Amino acid sequence: MITFTMNGLEVTVEEGTTLLEAARFYGIDIPTLCYNEGLSVYGACRLCLVEIGPPGRSRLYSSCTYLAAEGLIVRTHSERVIRARKMIIELYLALCPSSKTIQDLAARYGITRVRFKPKYEDCLQCGLCVRMCEEQMQAKAISFVGRGVDRRVGTPFDRQSDQCRQCGACMYICPVCQARCQGPQEENPVCGACLNLSPPCLDKHEDVMCYLDPCVACELEGETD
Amino acid sequence: MGVLPAKLKTSADFYNFRKKAIDQYECNRCYLAVCGDTGCAALGSGDIREHLREYLRENNLSERIGIKYTGCLGLCERGPVIIVYPQEIFYQKVSPQDIPEIINKTVLGGEIVDRLLYKDPASGEKYVYARDIPFYTKQLRKLLAANWQLDPESIDDYVALEGYSAAVKALTEMTPGEVVEEIGQAGLRGRGGAGFPTAVKWGECLEAGGRKFIICNADEGDPGAFMDRSLLEGNPHSVLEGMIIGGYAVGAAEGIFYIRAEYPSAVEKVKKAVERAEELGLIGEDILGSGFNFQVYISTGAGAFVCGETTALVASMEGRVGEPRQKPPHLIEKGYLNRPTVINNVETLANVPLIIREGAQEYCRTGTERSKGTKVFSLVGKVNNTGLVEVPLGMTLREIIFEIGGGVKEGKEFKAVQTGGPSGGCLPSSLLDLPADYEDLSAAGSMMGSGGMIVMDEDTCMVDVAGYFLRFLSEESCGRCFTCREGIARLLEIIEDISSGRGSMEQLDLLQELAVVIKDSTMCGLGQTAPNPVLSTLKYFADEYRAHILDKRCPAGVCRELVTFKIDEELCTGCGACRKNCPVDAIEGDKNEPHVIDINKCLKCGICLSACRFDAIRKE
Repeated sequence: MITFTMNGLEVTVEEGTTLLEAARFYGIDIPTLCYNEGLSVYGACRLCLVEIGPPGRSRLYSSCTYLAAEGLIVRTHSERVIRARKMIIELYLALCPSSKTIQDLAARYGITRVRFKPKYEDCLQCGLCVRMCEEQMQAKAISFVGRGVDRRVGTPFDRQSDQCRQCGACMYICPVCQARCQGPQEENPVCGACLNLSPPCLDKHEDVMCYLDPCVACELEGETD
Repeated sequence: MGVLPAKLKTSADFYNFRKKAIDQYECNRCYLAVCGDTGCAALGSGDIREHLREYLRENNLSERIGIKYTGCLGLCERGPVIIVYPQEIFYQKVSPQDIPEIINKTVLGGEIVDRLLYKDPASGEKYVYARDIPFYTKQLRKLLAANWQLDPESIDDYVALEGYSAAVKALTEMTPGEVVEEIGQAGLRGRGGAGFPTAVKWGECLEAGGRKFIICNADEGDPGAFMDRSLLEGNPHSVLEGMIIGGYAVGAAEGIFYIRAEYPSAVEKVKKAVERAEELGLIGEDILGSGFNFQVYISTGAGAFVCGETTALVASMEGRVGEPRQKPPHLIEKGYLNRPTVINNVETLANVPLIIREGAQEYCRTGTERSKGTKVFSLVGKVNNTGLVEVPLGMTLREIIFEIGGGVKEGKEFKAVQTGGPSGGCLPSSLLDLPADYEDLSAAGSMMGSGGMIVMDEDTCMVDVAGYFLRFLSEESCGRCFTCREGIARLLEIIEDISSGRGSMEQLDLLQELAVVIKDSTMCGLGQTAPNPVLSTLKYFADEYRAHILDKRCPAGVCRELVTFKIDEELCTGCGACRKNCPVDAIEGDKNEPHVIDINKCLKCGICLSACRFDAIRKE
């Protein structure tokens, strides 16, 4: 067993546990986009950053790749972590404003503005689909192509791949196309996030009439009019 | 070539061999060193060598006068360069037609050919001997010195110049621990950029068990940097010797050169060096009876800048996509083929034989408190003496740029110097007295990097410079890590807005905020240092950013969308040169009457500016 400090608490986990797993085990919420329990770790979305080391000599690391070690000093929600995380979410929001996953994340972190030009991309390049295809479906039909700004997910030579069984696992696991925000598409990438809407039924009743989350259906259907 | 004997079995064999090599080297003292490195080769030194060989053969002089096709001689600006030995007469900008004169007048007659001498651009003084030229006198050429005296393909030359004596000493007289200790006392730090103490790395690897590797990182990709290439092409044996000593010190039986594929000549030279060393028995089983086995392999990159990052380098060598991974685990724990691996830069390894040969104490006399030894910089950009310079660590930027480099070209004003490659920073003239060592450069917001040094003059726009490096990095980022891929792209987007006059002060704040986050949150060294060009220019050239945003003006007249071309009516003679040269017919005017530029048609290409002989055209 390994004992270390997380947010000032002494915690104990089994050897081989990552900091992300340890945090989740202890009920500390760390957001992720490229992490999935069933797949290998990737460390690319940078949302799960935590601050490691004594004050003054600390650095940010991705917690999904960092194995818990004896005596570590870990802070999951320090000012430095939150500042970086908020900026990263803002970047994500500008990249893929139509992703419900990201809209929710933004709402949770109180991101109310986006200072970059929205790109309306359909891909975060979290690599979940690539790893899903390779590791769970044993197909290796898709992969990353290109480098830097030109990097994207594709099949070899952009042709229909013989390896692809069209199982749909890539779509299932995608945080963007799996849950596309169905709310009003506004000019501003921050649409207020569904979570920010107050349930329309409260206008008529003392209590909410359902517990659907997010509540947006009535608004869209115009049923409250 | 030479006196290649049967394999050397003991250190006594080696010393015998060395004696023969020295004898042979000494009796060939009359030779011409023709620089064969890329700069001079591009200027035609290959032709000169062929003509020279031909001429010597025709005149039956081949026996008396030797030719050495050497590595970089340093003053690339004046290539092709020839040094006449034994006097060390320095001839620059030599062409094949000059050969008969050089041979007959100088080599045979002892006269100087005046027009081929180096003339100092600042003082106008001419210099005969290489050792007197200010470019060289101010330098301390410990690693590069041998470049002048040896043929990189000849192991005899190298051995005659004390080569491999350090490896023999380490293998036969020292334990691996003692070698690490010696390197530690010398305070050698990684020359690839980060400046990590080499002995710490080696010590950790020495303690690890099992199969281990030592890798030489020769994936030099910084724009304008060619230190590593010049070492590999000019003196490959020195790097190989460093690797053999390193392999012995860390207990690795396998050494690998990772050389970028864009350096075919370096690959060739290293390959030959390895073959020669194998023939001599300096690589192989039970080297000189020491019981140490060492094999060397060569691996080439496939053209990705990011593969200079050590984890990406290992991925590339293993045949995977060259993408970095998050450390830890460090390479000492999990490196090439998941085995403990040490990766050292070319220049770091070239320093190793020097330390073992002259001892840590002697080595430590050069440099500063925390940065020991010398550093090779490639001095490029708007500087008079472009080339490769080697100076003690801690020499001030002013000394390097003005005394060795001869100042800024065409007498223009110095504006900034960019050190450390694309992820380094731009330092202004107020910091010219900063010592060039690891700590001081980092504290000023730049870095040592691998040793690129780009000098910029008053005509350089710092916003444009930041954009240039960001564009390079956005293409060379592997793209895996979100903050690097998307962050750099967004920095570039803002910089482009600013340089086209669409920027706002809010964007300036955002630029700073985003740059800090990228630095903090990215996975590997590329992303962590990528914002440096932005942060350093924001820090030292904030006025220029403000001029672009508030006044919609580019002070240096570089950013096209903020510049207008105008013809001064008083100065214009109406010669029509600008009108005839304008590619879009944007200039109108009658003969001998002042001309006018139609700013709606003008492409701002600047052709009119260079065509005008009366300085009547201005950029505003």
